[in-house]
Amino acid sequence: MYRWLLRLYPASFRNEYGREMAAAFARERRDTRTALGMAALWLRVIADTGVNAAGIHRDILTQDLRYTLRTLRRTPAFALTAVTVVALGIGATTAAFSLADFVLIRPLPFPEADRLVWVSEQRPGFPRLELAPANYRDLKRMATSFEALGAYRGLSVNLVGARQPLRLEGAAMTADVLAALAVRPMIGRPFTAADDVGGAPATALVSYALWQQEFGGDASIVGRPVRLDGEVYTVIGVMPPDFNFPSRGAQVWTAMRFVPADFVDRNNTYLQGIARLRRDLSVDAARTEMSMLAGRLQQQYPKENEQTGISVIRLRDGVSQQSRTLLVALCSAALCVLLIACANLTNLLLARALGRRREMAVRMALGAGRERMLRQLLTESLVVTATGGVLGLTLAAATLPILSRLVPTALPIAETPSMDLRVVAFAIALTMVTGVAFGIVPLLQHHRDRAAEGLREGARSGGSGREGMRGALVVAEITASVVLLVMCGLLLRALWTIQAIDPGFRLERTLTVRTSLPMPKYETLGARTGFYDGVLSEIRALPGVSSAAYISFLPLGDMRGGLFPVGISGRVESRREDNVAFLRYVTPGVFQTLGIPILQGRDVRDADHLDRQPVAIVSASFMTQFFPGQAALGRRIDFAGADREIVGVVADVKMRELTRVSEPQVYLPHRQLPDRTYEWFAPKDLAVRATGDPLALVSAVRAIVQRADPEVPLSDIQTLEQLVDGDLASRVTQVRVLGAFAGVALVLGGIGIHGLLAFTVSARVREIGIRMALGARRADVVVMIAKRSLSLSAVGVAAGTVIAYISGRWLQSLLVGVSPADGMTFAVAAALAAATAIAGSLRPALRAARVDPVTVIRLE
Amino acid sequence: MRERNANADAIAAMLPLLPATFHILVALADEDRHGYAIIQDVAARTDGSIRLSPGTLYRSIQRMLEDGLIVETDERPSPEDDDERRRYYRLTTLGTAVAKAEAARLMDLVNMARARGLAPRKG
Repeated sequence: MYRWLLRLYPASFRNEYGREMAAAFARERRDTRTALGMAALWLRVIADTGVNAAGIHRDILTQDLRYTLRTLRRTPAFALTAVTVVALGIGATTAAFSLADFVLIRPLPFPEADRLVWVSEQRPGFPRLELAPANYRDLKRMATSFEALGAYRGLSVNLVGARQPLRLEGAAMTADVLAALAVRPMIGRPFTAADDVGGAPATALVSYALWQQEFGGDASIVGRPVRLDGEVYTVIGVMPPDFNFPSRGAQVWTAMRFVPADFVDRNNTYLQGIARLRRDLSVDAARTEMSMLAGRLQQQYPKENEQTGISVIRLRDGVSQQSRTLLVALCSAALCVLLIACANLTNLLLARALGRRREMAVRMALGAGRERMLRQLLTESLVVTATGGVLGLTLAAATLPILSRLVPTALPIAETPSMDLRVVAFAIALTMVTGVAFGIVPLLQHHRDRAAEGLREGARSGGSGREGMRGALVVAEITASVVLLVMCGLLLRALWTIQAIDPGFRLERTLTVRTSLPMPKYETLGARTGFYDGVLSEIRALPGVSSAAYISFLPLGDMRGGLFPVGISGRVESRREDNVAFLRYVTPGVFQTLGIPILQGRDVRDADHLDRQPVAIVSASFMTQFFPGQAALGRRIDFAGADREIVGVVADVKMRELTRVSEPQVYLPHRQLPDRTYEWFAPKDLAVRATGDPLALVSAVRAIVQRADPEVPLSDIQTLEQLVDGDLASRVTQVRVLGAFAGVALVLGGIGIHGLLAFTVSARVREIGIRMALGARRADVVVMIAKRSLSLSAVGVAAGTVIAYISGRWLQSLLVGVSPADGMTFAVAAALAAATAIAGSLRPALRAARVDPVTVIRLE
Repeated sequence: MRERNANADAIAAMLPLLPATFHILVALADEDRHGYAIIQDVAARTDGSIRLSPGTLYRSIQRMLEDGLIVETDERPSPEDDDERRRYYRLTTLGTAVAKAEAARLMDLVNMARARGLAPRKG
């Protein structure tokens, strides 16, 4: 029993005094006669052991810490290098892990988020299409898989009555959406079925951010009227701060309030379906039911629902494959950095252990037990790694906002990944593992060559086995650097490829502004025409403006435009992948302003009025798809509810993403957009081509719009270049992050090589001296050192090339056609790695060359 | 001279001593003792009011060895009492000096208290 208590003491103490303590205790026990006395003795002994064992552990720790700090202060270069190495490794890994965890792993911020699914239509070529209201209504009536099924559509409204007119993004939703998400307003009430019928009083929920910024966080907002797009809504509640549905930055939600007319056209699809699965029901079971119901709807509405299926996917699976690949690549890259960091740390500790063999042997000979040495070494390594870990965590926290660009917008989560306890725990675990695993290396080392040997004078050379291990570590570092360099290089080439893509329009000197026209104020053509004519004529008269025009949605902007089926020779079919075109309404001059060449025919004119023949201008890709090899002008198409004559053909532009093909486009004159129809398409994006700096025009343009109508808000003010750069932002960030990782890897690799060679040189000073005394020239010595460095890097580069090629193939989906075997990239990566190796070996080689044979030999 | 000063500084830095340390120094003042003998001596001198536990004793001993206040000794005082397994401890010169310094420090404290009537006059 007492022996068991003794185990609480450190082994070194126990071995020294355990037996005598046990003997003393035995005497005490013998002197104690009564049972009560015995109980008191035991209590005393237990308390005594607790206090003293803890005290002795603490004494040793303080002693070790003091010793560690002293030795580290004696070798600041080692301390600094080791801490930096650890900080970089832990920092990179923690940041990458936080991001991946945030996007891919952590549950979405809804209760039981794994039961949430997207419900959408699908047709051949379109795996996820919006739902038509009629189909949504029918599904909702028939489906039994869901606890709640709701639908919403994106909403973009003008709020009037705040400090200045505001453009708000959000969603119009049915009452079931919040029920499906299982989220309630923070204050106020959610939408009810009564709010959600046609003709019901208009109600709205506002976001926490909007409530704070525009309404001063005043709880009396509930019940207050606000004007959204001219209609008066009653605010019924405020959503919690972490509610980012349907996407981050949503500020306002209104009730859907379908009217009977919404259910007429099953081709008019604009609803996103979201549902909560019944408890214990699998996604597959829901899919089975949905395909059965889709089949029934196809039978009932063979014309509109031809080939229409219903897809059900988990909310989390809305993350694109590209985002996934990117995040996995990021994590792998970070792990590479961590591995390099660990290899480096091991090398540093090994070199140090070799340098300290004498010291350790002396301490062992003086009676320091194995356990004390282990504790000392662990303390030292943990001090280094913990300092590095704290720095790394700080580094990760500081870089997370930069990484937010890589968070896909399609997820209902906040923009900046937050550090949570799990991430911190991850970083701590990582640090501990690194510290413990690599801290004991020197002791293992020591045990291999036993105490006595270390004491022998002249124990200087490293020994070939150890040299081999350290060499292998350096090779691993170079391999990982090459892999990272190649990955980064491939992504960089992909970025250049995309940047070199001609969007089909001119980017320079063009200012773009969104002026969203509030409805129903502008639902008539007369009202709109007045606004456009007034604003455009004033802007065109500004000095420094060469042209200006309006379009429904700018190319490469956030709105892709509507997809409408194209009817040829009077027959309109339901939309399929190969019979649709994008629709945009434009004012005259838009092609000139955006620099889109008119290939045939003419621009739209002010004379293209409602009472004239409807006309259309189409893109070259439209002609290739619908009238290949035929004359364009004068052809008739049935498009967006009218029979239209093609009067012009313009060059293709990239509308959705630079990497996509240019889909068929149809441009219609805005004066042929009838009252109260397709209001969403009423031109709202203004483009102004300047003769000088386009941003210099901002205040003049703002003043003109506000004079024309103070209720029209201006938003998205940027140059066309900035707009297109926005399309590339996440790619640029990818390349930067991977570039940073690759840079860190290179630096670490360089440090590794330098450390190894520096040690080799100091271990072989005697040998070098003797060689020189025997006639070797300085150049021979330098060559000897350089050979070692070059052979190590050659092996590393070779291995790295193979692994990089394999990883590159796996990255292919991000490479937009750049070959994963791109010779240039590999050559540059190999050259950089070799250059680093050479740079790292420079100092040791010079030191070797400066060895003075006379001094060395005299020392012997 | 300088050496003596350095020594005095080292001694002063160790004061005040922990009660257990002082008791062990006192116990070793007249003869070398082993661990259990120290416990018994302290208990006898304080009429059993202070009984060092084995943990406290050996933790103190370890520290005192490191600080050079005591040493282990190979000489066995009386063969008949000798126990092979036991280690005997002896005061070093430094240990003696430190014990004296501590006693003087305590004496000073008592004298101060006495001057203000907080302790009985020397009698």
